[in-house]
Amino acid sequence: MAELFQFELVSPEHQLLSAHVAEVIVPGTEGEFGVLKDHAPVVSTINPGILKVRNDDGGWTEYFVRGGFAEVSSGVLSVLAEQAVPVSEISKDQLDLAIRNAEEDASDAKDDQARQKAEMTLSQLRDVAEALKTA
Amino acid sequence: MPSLKDLRNRIASVKATQKITKAMQMVAAAKLRRAQEAAEAARPYAERMEAVLANLAVAFEGRDDAPKLMSGTGNDQVHLLVVATAERGLCGGFNSNIAKLARDRARSLIAAGKTVKIICVGKKGYDALKRELGHLVLKTIDLRSVKNVAFSNADEIGREVLAMYENGEFDVCTLYYSTFKSVIAQEPTSQQLIPAQFDTGKAEADDSAVAVYEYEPDEGEILADLLPRNISVQIFRALLENAASEQGARMSAMDNATRNAGEMIDKLTITYNRQRQAQITTELIEIISGAEAL
Repeated sequence: MAELFQFELVSPEHQLLSAHVAEVIVPGTEGEFGVLKDHAPVVSTINPGILKVRNDDGGWTEYFVRGGFAEVSSGVLSVLAEQAVPVSEISKDQLDLAIRNAEEDASDAKDDQARQKAEMTLSQLRDVAEALKTA
Repeated sequence: MPSLKDLRNRIASVKATQKITKAMQMVAAAKLRRAQEAAEAARPYAERMEAVLANLAVAFEGRDDAPKLMSGTGNDQVHLLVVATAERGLCGGFNSNIAKLARDRARSLIAAGKTVKIICVGKKGYDALKRELGHLVLKTIDLRSVKNVAFSNADEIGREVLAMYENGEFDVCTLYYSTFKSVIAQEPTSQQLIPAQFDTGKAEADDSAVAVYEYEPDEGEILADLLPRNISVQIFRALLENAASEQGARMSAMDNATRNAGEMIDKLTITYNRQRQAQITTELIEIISGAEAL
């Protein structure tokens, strides 16, 4: 039985989840990282991707998150995401729309830096679409 | 002196108006509850965001490499005022209070020789400002088709403001909206968005909780990522506060209107009854004096 810690998943519109969980895997900008109880304080931005939560009973719940950051302080992990949707509720149409928007961003980008950024988002979104397809 | 028929018509029309104001009050009360819930649900996000940014801001205070969104352009010649109001009227002084605050600021800025640019969110703000400052309004953002404000609406405005800032179109950006204190009290508020201001004193005070964070990637990159997001978050919060304030203001305005209509009906009814009795008395006198004459 893993030890539990407080986890909060918040989007601008409302708080999605506030519960005691065993483990959370966060899609950080510099790679995925897992958070267990008594993790050291850290602040990390996040990539669009799948956030996995291992519950008390050992089952996994998955959320699609986009834009924002994760913060661990005094034993509490908070993930603030601009968009957070349970994977079970995500529709393919929504994702397709996000990908189309990213494609537009990439083609509209004014300078190289912006284009690079847009293309990165686009590839990440495609990864998510890929991940969902296989799941 | 109006005739009895006129009075009857007046009473009927005031009663009809009272029914409308009462219905509007009840609709506003129902909407207020929802708007209040939305505003409360959004609070944790904005607060966390602010706390983390305040922590980061302390680290960057006074450094040359601080992001431009925080340190500003080193200039304060061009001011952008984002005036957020409602799309509808009939809500007491709600719209005019916000517009007045923004107008006073614009006047003093112009008097000090600064350039002022205005973006109106909501039609009513534009209506209130256009006579005096219409030529300064860059654009009006229409949210009439939006029933419940979503983050994407705020994000759109935020992105636009950011794009303007990056193009060097303004130096200081201030947001005007109304803070929801209670159903009867809404306070017009101004908040400086760019350069971002944080309550750094608070972050230092509870230093023990701040601990030593590990930053991934480094502080600079996180700050550069979060500051633009923060603009949208602050606008979103302002729009939600505004939505709750609007319904609160409308509710109390319509409550007053309903009460006034009630008083007016009472007064008109008294006049009506007096006049009816006077008429009856006159008729009686006529009949009696007619009978006596025989």
